[in-house]
Amino acid sequence: MSFEVMLRQLLEGFGQTCLIFFLTLVFSLPLGMVVYFGRVCRIKPISWLVKIYISIMRGTPLMLQLLVWYFAPFYLWGMNIGGYKLTAILIGCSLNYAAYFAEIYRSGIESIPKGQYEAAALLGYSRQQTFFKIVLPQVVKIVLPSVTNEVITLVKDTSLVYSLSYVEMFAVAKQIAAAQTTVLPFFIAGVFYYIFNYAVAGVMELFEKRLDYYR
Amino acid sequence: MKLLEMNHIKKAFNGVQVIKDISLSVEKGEILAIIGPSGSGKSTLLRCATMLETIDDGEIQYLGRRAAWVEGGKPVFPKKEERKEIQSYFGLVFQNFNLFPHFSVMKNITDAPLKVQRRGKEEVFEEARRLLKKMGLEDKENAYPYQLSGGQQQRVSIARALMMHPNILFFDEPTSALDPELTGEILKVIKDLAAEHMTMVIVTHEMSFARKVADHIIFMDKGVIAEEGTPEDVFGSKNERIREFLGKLTSER
Repeated sequence: MSFEVMLRQLLEGFGQTCLIFFLTLVFSLPLGMVVYFGRVCRIKPISWLVKIYISIMRGTPLMLQLLVWYFAPFYLWGMNIGGYKLTAILIGCSLNYAAYFAEIYRSGIESIPKGQYEAAALLGYSRQQTFFKIVLPQVVKIVLPSVTNEVITLVKDTSLVYSLSYVEMFAVAKQIAAAQTTVLPFFIAGVFYYIFNYAVAGVMELFEKRLDYYR
Repeated sequence: MKLLEMNHIKKAFNGVQVIKDISLSVEKGEILAIIGPSGSGKSTLLRCATMLETIDDGEIQYLGRRAAWVEGGKPVFPKKEERKEIQSYFGLVFQNFNLFPHFSVMKNITDAPLKVQRRGKEEVFEEARRLLKKMGLEDKENAYPYQLSGGQQQRVSIARALMMHPNILFFDEPTSALDPELTGEILKVIKDLAAEHMTMVIVTHEMSFARKVADHIIFMDKGVIAEEGTPEDVFGSKNERIREFLGKLTSER
């Protein structure tokens, strides 16, 4: 197999890697906020349930969660899981990352001084205005470095979907390596992951710089 | 006309009685200074008056309208709309400013008038510039709070409160986070407001300032009003606790 063909196949797999990465982010970032609100909900049963959910998501391997999301519908209800793989992956990854993001958001929101809420109340801001105008913008700045960490981990975690035999870059690399008895595809895949994360870190740094105008 | 009336206020934290049956009232144009040792309940009283804290007993009224009371042993605030209106009667200047760090000076002082009071943009900005000029901050409107000195930040926070056109302005130890030089800056601003007959309630440790600017002084100790009256009354009081407190102050200086 020529280097060119190998590269093309890996690039196709990389497209799938990117798809999983971006869709998981798009779902899990806002979902994390919903989970946060559930976590601090005053209705006790809700906050307990959400706490248990976060605990399970953080306490078990993502690979195991993916296997459960994919195979459970078949084993439990005999559902035809033919075209369901990507959906299962997105559900599994999004729910897992939302749990982590929720805790990051919580740490950020809890670090906003009480005085900010009091000043806002004295000025007559409504609860919604206080949250969206005063609290949230400050939280974004505080949590950005932690979110960057998670996002970089997500890039690498996309390789876990190979356990469902989903064809993305990591799976392709493994296939080629086995068929051609060469370590080169692993090396190329590694370079791709690295460049991707280098870009992710660069973009996140750009966001951080844009929020540098205040302290 | 009485702007503020607090009747028989009681407040406890975890079983510790911080305020024990305090009553006071503030007339329009009056300047009330509340002095006393740390832990005597001054700040708590102010926080109750500004509805940041609930009360355990008693009643608070602004312009004759009930702002906080107790029903069946439970603290009660008025319904949302009524509460909002009553809240607009007063402003509060905090000890540690509590400016919004992600807003410029201009946005800090204009955002609430625009977004809460829904006043016209032109009018609000004109008033903001006038006020900043008065405070000696005309070149700071685009600065962010972290770029300002403590004294400048406190002046912005006073401007922020004034922009809301409160009937009565509370100060919670406005100079306690500032060095003596910056303290002077803030006291001058408050003096200027006094000259304009702004109604103010000031919790302070600046005794000579309280003496000079206040119409009425309340000396608090252990959750009660130990003495009150004109500055002459209080500073000339024979009350031993006050003599002791003021004596320590003068001997330290």
